Amino acid sequence: MSWKNAFNSSVGKKIQMALTGLFLVLFLVVHCYVNAMIFWNDGGEKFTEAAHFMGTNVVIRITEIGLFAFLILHIVQGLKLWAQNRSRRNTRYAVSAGNATSKWYSRSMGILGTLILLFLVLHISAFWAPNRASQTMGNGELDLYTMMKEAFQSLFVVVIYVLGCISLAWHLVHGFYSAFQTLGLTMNKYKSIINMVGVAFSIIIPLIFALMPIAFYLHWIE
Amino acid sequence: MEHYTMNLTLKVWKQKNAKERGRFETYQVKNVSSEMSFLEMFDVLNEQLIAEGKEPIAFDHDCREGICGMCSMYINGRAHGPWHHTTTCQLHMREYKDGDTIVVEPWRASAFPVIKDLVVDRQSFDRIIQAGGYVSVNTGNAVDANALPIEKHMADEAFASAACIGCGACVAACPNASAMLFVSAKVSHLAMLPQGSPERKERVTNMINQMDKEGFGSCTNIGACEAECPKGISLENIARLNREYIGAMFDGGSQNAK
Repeated sequence: MSWKNAFNSSVGKKIQMALTGLFLVLFLVVHCYVNAMIFWNDGGEKFTEAAHFMGTNVVIRITEIGLFAFLILHIVQGLKLWAQNRSRRNTRYAVSAGNATSKWYSRSMGILGTLILLFLVLHISAFWAPNRASQTMGNGELDLYTMMKEAFQSLFVVVIYVLGCISLAWHLVHGFYSAFQTLGLTMNKYKSIINMVGVAFSIIIPLIFALMPIAFYLHWIE
Repeated sequence: MEHYTMNLTLKVWKQKNAKERGRFETYQVKNVSSEMSFLEMFDVLNEQLIAEGKEPIAFDHDCREGICGMCSMYINGRAHGPWHHTTTCQLHMREYKDGDTIVVEPWRASAFPVIKDLVVDRQSFDRIIQAGGYVSVNTGNAVDANALPIEKHMADEAFASAACIGCGACVAACPNASAMLFVSAKVSHLAMLPQGSPERKERVTNMINQMDKEGFGSCTNIGACEAECPKGISLENIARLNREYIGAMFDGGSQNAK
């Protein structure tokens, strides 16, 4: 099979979704690990040190370009597949099976993904974009810890972040398992392990993320 | 279970041909026995319509034993009705009680255009099979059956995949109208046997290309197909199909699949 055939077929597109999705899962682990440094409650000392490394290390900065490329591919391909799949049934059913044959979150990956995308636009323009802009201007890195602390004093912002984390959690419950299924790795022997790790991951990572704005808002960390 | 009779209201999709728009028609069916199959209930209704000088409802059926894959009704939002591992012909009226309203629709997918009423054109499945669902065998004497040793569990799994009757319930149930469960069952059944192995890369490539050409959606691992399949074809077949596909994708070589 030619590469063109491989990437343009419906299965090829799903493989792209799976691989970029798993890369984003790895990114979540790193992002979560670095940001969880705030829980040392040391006035942001350890967090700032880690953030400085992430913001200046050459390897990390190059990987960051790849991260954005994969993120955009995941979004564009996902939305295209969603639109295409919807067009495969011109007349809708009058009565639908609803939750009798499948899970709501499995059917709602497009909507959940779009919610995460909306959240990401807000999130990136609040932290990542101004920090990189400042670095590019030659003004050095911004004090991200203070920025977080100030941003999360607003209940509205905290609610938006928690909703973002909930969307992410449901997206992951299906996405994690789905990626392995698309890569053909869900044989009976591994299925239960993949499902268990997937559900645990989908709960733990978004929970840690959600605790960050909550902790600042409730002054658990100063 | 005790026998009883019931009166039912049926809302059935009526459509003259592929081009004209369809609509729901409401019918009253009286004295339906709980021992009847769903299709026998339709026979009673059609007899009634013929007696009244009206046009009967067109629907697909053949063996009425649950093995041919011909019957294809989407009943109250469920492909082949609410029973697990059951085709429409094996669904019995004891599922319903007096006064029930049942909505019956055809399989809905762009790749399965309606021919008339509840009858859809499933030739897209035939073309997928023609693209690769076979093994090439030289003519001559039949080879001795024991010449090719096959592991027992592989033979069993291949048989489980081969149980697919190609009814199209997977496509009908899938929110994406994807045919992946059908194609994966056919690819799996041949890939697991030594006879099917030599052509496996070409097969998976050609069958997936044909599937895309027919206008089926892509698989997003929702699992409604597995839940509705009357033959219990499992999602593991789709994982196996994906493995076969990845194998063909990275094959550097000699097979000249398009």
